[in-house]
Amino acid sequence: MHEHDVVVVGAGGAGLRAAIAAQEEGADVAMVTKLHPVRSHTGAAEGGINAALRDGDDWELHAYDTMKGSDYLGDAPAIETLAQDAPEEVIQLEHWGMPFSREDDGRVSQRPFGGLSFPRTTYAGAETGHHLLHTMYEQVVKRGIQVYDEFYVSQLAVTDHDEPEERECHGVVAYDIKSGEVVGFRATGGVVLATGGDGQVFEHTTNAVANTGDGPAMAYRAGAPVEDMEFVQFHPTTLPSTGVLISEGVRGEGGILYNGEGERFMFERGYANNAGELASRDVVSRAELTEINEGRGIDEEYVELDMRHLGEERITDRLENIIHLAEDFEGVDPLKEPMPVKPGQHYHMGGIETDENGETCVDGLYAAGECACASVHGSNRLGGNALPELIVFGARAGRHAAGTDLGTAEVPVGPSARSETEDGLETPVNPGALGVDDDVAADGALVEPSEVVEHAVETERTRIEGMLERDGINHAEIREDLQRAMTEYVNVFRTEEGLKKALETIRECRERYQDVAVSDPSRTFNTDLIHTVETGNLIDVAETITLGALARTEFRGAHWRKEHQERKDESWLKHTMIAWNGGSPELYYKPVVLEGENKEYEPKVRSY
Amino acid sequence: MSTQIPEQETETETETDAEQESSQTRRVSAERTRAGMDQRAEDELSDADETVELKVFRYDPEVEGKKEPRFDSFEVPFTKGMTVLDALIFARDHFDSSLTFRHSCRQAICGSDALFVNGSQRLGCKTQMADLEWPVRVEPLPHAEVVKDLVVDMEHFYDQMESVEPYFQTEELPSGELDEQRQDRANREEIKMSTRCIWCGACMSSCNVAAGDNEYLGPAAINKAYRFAMDDREGEDMTEHRLNIIEQEHGVWRCQTQFSCTEVCPKDIPLTEHIQELKREAVKSNLKFW
Ligand SMILES: Cc1cc2nc3c(=O)[nH]c(=O)nc-3n(C[C@H](O)[C@H](O)[C@H](O)COP(=O)(O)OP(=O)(O)OC[C@H]3O[C@@H](n4cnc5c(N)ncnc54)[C@H](O)[C@@H]3O)c2cc1C
Ligand code: SF4
Ligand code: FES
Repeated sequence: MHEHDVVVVGAGGAGLRAAIAAQEEGADVAMVTKLHPVRSHTGAAEGGINAALRDGDDWELHAYDTMKGSDYLGDAPAIETLAQDAPEEVIQLEHWGMPFSREDDGRVSQRPFGGLSFPRTTYAGAETGHHLLHTMYEQVVKRGIQVYDEFYVSQLAVTDHDEPEERECHGVVAYDIKSGEVVGFRATGGVVLATGGDGQVFEHTTNAVANTGDGPAMAYRAGAPVEDMEFVQFHPTTLPSTGVLISEGVRGEGGILYNGEGERFMFERGYANNAGELASRDVVSRAELTEINEGRGIDEEYVELDMRHLGEERITDRLENIIHLAEDFEGVDPLKEPMPVKPGQHYHMGGIETDENGETCVDGLYAAGECACASVHGSNRLGGNALPELIVFGARAGRHAAGTDLGTAEVPVGPSARSETEDGLETPVNPGALGVDDDVAADGALVEPSEVVEHAVETERTRIEGMLERDGINHAEIREDLQRAMTEYVNVFRTEEGLKKALETIRECRERYQDVAVSDPSRTFNTDLIHTVETGNLIDVAETITLGALARTEFRGAHWRKEHQERKDESWLKHTMIAWNGGSPELYYKPVVLEGENKEYEPKVRSY
Repeated sequence: MSTQIPEQETETETETDAEQESSQTRRVSAERTRAGMDQRAEDELSDADETVELKVFRYDPEVEGKKEPRFDSFEVPFTKGMTVLDALIFARDHFDSSLTFRHSCRQAICGSDALFVNGSQRLGCKTQMADLEWPVRVEPLPHAEVVKDLVVDMEHFYDQMESVEPYFQTEELPSGELDEQRQDRANREEIKMSTRCIWCGACMSSCNVAAGDNEYLGPAAINKAYRFAMDDREGEDMTEHRLNIIEQEHGVWRCQTQFSCTEVCPKDIPLTEHIQELKREAVKSNLKFW
């Protein structure tokens, strides 16, 4: 068994920042990651990082924009923390050498982005995420932080007290992909989950193949509730054949959307009379799909994004990689013709419930980055607000796990924050575990930390052996059916009937998954095994997304319900919480915190 | 229809009866699973207008029948826009789930899937099947130890990358709160291409010098050094230090300007030029002290 003060699971932007922060506080840190750090999907982020750096801008404006963008479902203490800490964090990156784009006076460049009242999106060409990821990995190398790369974390080692709030996390279990060994990692200070997105729940996504929601699934089964899972962001401009993202930067620089009839529909069809193409993502995504569904799309599948009028020089200077993406992945030269685009899954606002210090209700368990829900994005994330989230909350979680006092958090976490229980939700099938759930690491009253970890390792070894030995079906079929159902029914447009159908398919997938088997018998680099475990996680994540979507009978931010076409502040200004509850998921709500440091945020109509 | 698998993969070597039995089940299971998968594949293949053959290198140090490297053929339905990675994924998900290769982003940014495709180093996700001669032959990167199938051991590559102090170092930072270091646009432009490296290892694998001298830093690591040496924000003393690193015995002077790295780099980094420029800088700085 390995032992460290802080164990960080995942080495994208959030994980790297957490590891550096914990190390700076004097902790002995280990990063455990299924991909080598530079392979993390943070590298794919193009557009930029929001931070109030300039005269005329300040953190309060950034917080206000974020709250408005969230459709008043973000928690003010978390949002304000994001806006306050972002400038310092961004300058920190610059001091670590990140190659930001520059102005004539040599200062870092900023550009306008959707939903922002000031052009505060700081960028490095159209490869901001790549530079952020590499710059921070360089710091990890410099500091000699230990990285266990190609180690797949498959379970948390948590005590099994009845109440999640009494549980403690003592480490994780990982599968060494190269050798096939199952190993325990004991964390004396804390475990930080930074496992990123879960876009693989859907068929068409901008997310990487490795974005399978392992963190939320593991935390959920270990007792930490998941929050606002129904809020999934679909990005309006992805290439139809691959899901590769065309950055919002294109529209920020002046790119225009046209439908099949050559109309600039954002204006001409009245979707967003002021902001037009720069309206928030949910608005633009729905506008596009409406155009397509009403027969004004092209090939019944997409609309077009045109940037030719910006001129070759400006495009090459600021958006050069877009040219390569369109050529390599769609065979289109955007200097000569418009690019086909359609909405695709992009970002998950929901995730593991944490407070503004990154802590969950399970003692010693933290989460940061896309896998977490602090919550800053509420029902809709603004472009350029995820990268600051990684570094702000990554740093805070790392520091806190290393034992630094960050003051008492104001965002309440855990089932005790419940304001109301959902008991009227009708589901066509039961969600949750089939039969007895044995996923909480330590059955019996295990409390001694290394025993908790040992026990989790043993349970996991048995589970993995089982999958390797037994007879059964391949996970790829189950995954495909799951992704199809989610894409058909839990997409941009949601209906009660569709959501129920999705729950039925998810249940079937879960049943079939009981008979899943790994046919590759090898201990060496068995990706068949890894993908099989991931598919299990996708099932749990898909189920929570769909349950939340069925429960929330209103239209807010990215969550649109056919039968409920307005935002209902009297009944729905609250977070949807789902707790695993030993295998019988429990849905409840907790209030949104709108009380900020200096002011109370007043829900307003979100118009752009 | 010939959907491949000249040899069935066989079970792991066994010693005891109990183990014998379990691996027996394992083999049965593998066959059964494949039967299920074949049905789906068959449907897709019969719907396809065109199919393409992939010849894929297979090796597993543990699995009987794969211990000796071999090539397996897979016939996959061809679709417009299909990449080598898409074809591999199809083969894995429909015919043989033990087919092993690294991949993640599908968009040429994670650097996981540098492969040897029809005899040259390319990213699977960035290579269109339509641009290749068929059948398409896919092998692991040459000059690296094969772990399994298309997966190679990257440790040596990482070691070289990390040996050049690949992190920003400067003596002085602006003191004001929220003050950034200034950098002029021209300088940012100068280092721009060098910062694009995704650590895929294609360049190193294509390099004859690296093949002959295991300690040679290799094009990617030298490019990393270039990225910092040319960055004005680091200051002159640091540049000196960096030039010393790349001037070592297994550094820039080993490069024989064959341009193979430049040709294969999926990020179009002018690697050979960068190496040449560092040689010139090194000469200049040596003359200064002379
Ligand atoms: C194409 C694209 C463009 C984007 N552009 C922008 C932008 O311009 N601005 C912005 O603010 N946001 C943007 N976003 C969103 C933002 O990039 C992501 O939300 C963010 O990078 C996620 O970072 P992360 O650190 O949480 O996760 P990731 O970077 O995805 O890292 C996850 C890490 O967890 C590890 N991991 C996962 N599961 C396991 C496991 N079971 N065991 C061990 N390790 C595991 C992985 O190896 C990886 O290292 C974009 C997103 C996409 C997809
Ligand atoms: S320099 Fe190019 S070929 Fe070499 S590792 Fe970097 S991206 Fe790959
Ligand atoms: S899959 Fe990421 S570079 Fe090809």
